Amino acid sequence: MYWNQKYECMPREELLALQLERLKNTVEKCFYNVPHYRKAFQEIGFEPGDLNSLQDLAKLPFTYKTDLRDNYPYGMFAVPLSEVVRIHSSSGTTGKPTVVGYTRSDINTWAELMARALVTAGVTKNDVIQNAYGYGLFTGGLGVHYGAERLGASVIPISGGNTKRQVMIMKDYGTTVLTCTPSYALNISEVIEEMGLTQDDFQLKVGIFGAEPWSDNMRKEIEQKLGIIALDIYGLSEIIGPGVAIECPSKTGLHIFEDHFIPEIIDPDTGEVLPYGSTGELVFTSLTKEALPMIRYRTRDIASLTLEECSCGRTHLKMKRVSGRTDDMLIIRGVNVFPSQIESVLLEIGQTEPHYQIVVDRIGTLDTVEVLVEVSASFFSDQIRQLEVLEAKIREAIESTLGISVKVRLVEPKTIERSEGKAKRVIDKRKLD
Amino acid sequence: MKVKQISVFLENKTGRLAAVTNALGSNQINIRALSIADTSDFGILRLIVDQPDKAYEILKAKDFTVSVTDVIGVEMPDQPGGLAKVLSELEEAKINIEYLYAFLGRGERGALVVFRVEDIDSAIEKLAKSGLNVLKGEEIYKM
Repeated sequence: MYWNQKYECMPREELLALQLERLKNTVEKCFYNVPHYRKAFQEIGFEPGDLNSLQDLAKLPFTYKTDLRDNYPYGMFAVPLSEVVRIHSSSGTTGKPTVVGYTRSDINTWAELMARALVTAGVTKNDVIQNAYGYGLFTGGLGVHYGAERLGASVIPISGGNTKRQVMIMKDYGTTVLTCTPSYALNISEVIEEMGLTQDDFQLKVGIFGAEPWSDNMRKEIEQKLGIIALDIYGLSEIIGPGVAIECPSKTGLHIFEDHFIPEIIDPDTGEVLPYGSTGELVFTSLTKEALPMIRYRTRDIASLTLEECSCGRTHLKMKRVSGRTDDMLIIRGVNVFPSQIESVLLEIGQTEPHYQIVVDRIGTLDTVEVLVEVSASFFSDQIRQLEVLEAKIREAIESTLGISVKVRLVEPKTIERSEGKAKRVIDKRKLD
Repeated sequence: MKVKQISVFLENKTGRLAAVTNALGSNQINIRALSIADTSDFGILRLIVDQPDKAYEILKAKDFTVSVTDVIGVEMPDQPGGLAKVLSELEEAKINIEYLYAFLGRGERGALVVFRVEDIDSAIEKLAKSGLNVLKGEEIYKM
């Protein structure tokens, strides 16, 4: 099933021609309407007329999150504020917030893309979508909402939090599709269990989860606990919000909507463009955005791209699941560590709850890592030895995956903070200045 | 002939043991015997109580990690050499003990020892043959 078959299944050659035409248009608008881009292009002696092929894109400078901050709040907009009908923004917990704007046409594009994403995941107008992404400045809630309405599905704008009420509504209103972060989906499954309910009490069939990195093992866990198909959705507010890419039910990667965005994978250190199949940092260029066009935006997300044919018939290339972010990456004793690696290990061992927290500290000059893991009732017995064996097993598995030594500490169930949005997986106590 | 023992996972933090005993106490559950095995980070509290099934449900409802294990309770004379006699019977029967703890009985009961073995059924059979008084669960719960 397609939402817009012409574009979703467009032959590659036609698609690339369309991209070039749209890219020329975007680059021109950036050059003439956004001082930041004009200056950046002029610094390398580039003028809009120099762009003659898609390969020329690699000559253009990158855009960073700091560019949005430096031009706070509206300096990166390519249209006057009078044309902007919506403003979203990041929370700004790591500095000045980043502000993104949408024209009426951008909102329309976004709704179209999000509707397309939902259909790609197998959602139809007959579905009841419980949208537990946060509504407000965060693009997740409203992004999914507009797409669901565009599709004609029944959307419940419940937003995040109040999990017991979520479960009650999910049951009573006959929710068939759940949209939220994967860690919140796990949280919901736990509350369902606590409330003494089972899969049979619900009509859920699909979950569309994103906004934080997760693993295939976590997918299996969620699918099994909720009795659904769990699919990965990708997006970021700087590019448009949710609806940049999504998995089809073949679960072989996320189709990037290439008629609106050009993805690249680069080496994050050298900036060099890497061939398909390589793992590196994902970079996006927008092709149809009016208010906030983006040229080669550095997402800090680590992924890879593949052109392999898909059984769903879509011709758009696929990205592999994001395996981490260059900025949630921990550097411990010189080793790069992604929290998702530790999560994978825990889910593979499967004898603990999937809730964990990584505490990094520095004692003297030595970085220490402690992984707190919740003991699972089903694997607990009366014997100390068995728990010690489990601790050792987890420790050895993490050490062999990460290549650094860690301490594992088993903790009582439900003592690690539950998330109602993004999970707080890492506590870094090191003072690294 | 089996005795139900309640085991509770406890993080090594102040107040955790009190939380368990408060939960049991406020539900009129009486503790017959207990022991704690610990490491630097966590411990396992092992309890014999008068109403093991109810205790299990209460602790579970309070989000403790709890399990029920079958153990063996043996009566022994409360006098020098009492425990030694039991242990040599076990040795002779080639029963390997995982752990044990002992406590004093009431009334005409002597001292009691509770122990956990790998293969409880064959252990009970061997002990019964040896002439030791293996107690039923109810006898210990009601003591």
